[in-house]
Amino acid sequence: MKFAVIQFPGSNCDQDCLRAINGLDGLRAEYVWHKATSLAGFDAVVLPGGFAYGDYLRCGAIARFSPIMNEVVRAAKEGWLVLGTCNGFQVLCEAGLLPGALVRNRGLRFVCDMVRLRIEVPDSAFTHGCPQGTILRMPIAHGEGCYFADANTLRELNANGQVVMRYCDATGATSAESNPNGSIENIAGICNREGNVFGLMPHPDRACDSRLGSADGAGIFLSMAETILAGRAKAAA
Amino acid sequence: MKAKVVVMPKAAVLDPQGAAVREAMQHLGMGEVKNVRIGKYLEIDLERDGADVEARLHQLCRDLLSNPVIEDYQLVKE
Repeated sequence: MKFAVIQFPGSNCDQDCLRAINGLDGLRAEYVWHKATSLAGFDAVVLPGGFAYGDYLRCGAIARFSPIMNEVVRAAKEGWLVLGTCNGFQVLCEAGLLPGALVRNRGLRFVCDMVRLRIEVPDSAFTHGCPQGTILRMPIAHGEGCYFADANTLRELNANGQVVMRYCDATGATSAESNPNGSIENIAGICNREGNVFGLMPHPDRACDSRLGSADGAGIFLSMAETILAGRAKAAA
Repeated sequence: MKAKVVVMPKAAVLDPQGAAVREAMQHLGMGEVKNVRIGKYLEIDLERDGADVEARLHQLCRDLLSNPVIEDYQLVKE
């Protein structure tokens, strides 16, 4: 099971992602430079956090035109699992693989904190083992993580079960106080209609070791592996 | 020739920078200020004009220079 961790100039969580994935049983990760034009030999794609191309113009605006993104888009259309964390989420939105956009935090401040996230879907390719209502803890670190979508898009996201997680408090309530960045409806992570592309502002890559405060992020990568194995078993049957 | 592009956040999109500047202006005695929106201004020098230059610029305004989900743009050619 091999994950491609895409490296853009300015990515800075590529090493976190690689280390997190390689630390999990049965999972391997390798870097893929943004100028590469092939994802051959890989099973899944991770777009890491950071500041691709210095976040010039808009976060993710230039990264989406990197050569490897043609392959990422193609893979996503073919049904590969694609995960974008933080800056990776911004790139996925800019690339049109996920609806909506991420704008400047409501409070204008860069927010670096541990947050709670409520799982909003009964099951997904990225959240096996985390039934609806499960509360996860993961760190966030971003200045432009305020999720925005127009009213129609928001309605569709909710109707199709594409809102995977929302910021919440210790009781699981999605209050204004538990919203770190002003995201519409406390949205922290969404998937595409098909459910194979997932983007979230929190960092599962920084939450894979309980000694660092939380190991809840490991479940995301393990769930991806489980989904891929289940898909293979189904194809073989 | 030159192309000038102004990119502005859509009205429905939160513009906390604009709100902070509005408050500062009001604080500095400019009570008349109702609202401030902050966008981007790009000046683009082009080597030559051509029949399809404007259409290609518009295309890039939509694809790269602005994000139509959150922003509107205006393009002026000189």
